[in-house]
Amino acid sequence: MAELNIKERTAGDITVLDMDGRITIGEGSVALRSAIRRLLEENKNKILLNLSGVSYIDSSGIGELVSSYTAIGKESGQLKLLHLTDKLRDLLAITKLLTVFDVYEGESEALNSFK
Amino acid sequence: MTVETTELTLPSRIESVEGAAVLIARVLGSSGVSEEVAFAVDIAVREAVTNAILHGNKQDESKAVHVTARTFANSMEITVADEGEGFDPANVPNPTESENILKTSGRGIFFIRTFMNDVEWVVRPGGGTTVKMMKSFLKDDR
Repeated sequence: MAELNIKERTAGDITVLDMDGRITIGEGSVALRSAIRRLLEENKNKILLNLSGVSYIDSSGIGELVSSYTAIGKESGQLKLLHLTDKLRDLLAITKLLTVFDVYEGESEALNSFK
Repeated sequence: MTVETTELTLPSRIESVEGAAVLIARVLGSSGVSEEVAFAVDIAVREAVTNAILHGNKQDESKAVHVTARTFANSMEITVADEGEGFDPANVPNPTESENILKTSGRGIFFIRTFMNDVEWVVRPGGGTTVKMMKSFLKDDR
């Protein structure tokens, strides 16, 4: 089984990536990077990452989230995060990245927040 | 009183991170620590081994990473040693400063410092860097 499974669905012009597994150095980080790059190549730049199934993330995975955020921003898009686990929320809080990312608890609210 | 000493030598490839984490989890499991302590040690070990492989040994598989775990009654001491050219953590900027917040790297050392009680980096005279980390199992020390 892959370290990180990513399922893609759409809601209007928004792409939702349902992520299941671990975003760590190596396979998990590469899977996230590849998914974001592919979406940007397809001109899909409104992206909601559903992280409810992400059991673990390391500094490399957090770096990949930051990289995704800046890459999407450069394409005038938006990246938002949905359903953070408690541990991921803690890690984003201590790294002060909760002040950077747009984070939502409910999918409807998250989808409605895209401009 | 030392309860247990465990040593592991790993090749310098990313897959070794999981090997080190599994070993430490096994050692911690027999100590009956809280989930909070187990998570803290796990993330620190993963980050330290990742640093040793990537930045210390630069993924040169002729070089090894050496992990030692010593469990005491109320604490654990872990060392992670690489065979690289030496590393000064003072050169790694604080990732929580506003000018660094969108950098994609530099958080591993921050996590080690945040989640462990005491951390020391030593550049060995013969080459290589050893990071020595201590985690208390006592709630008041966290």
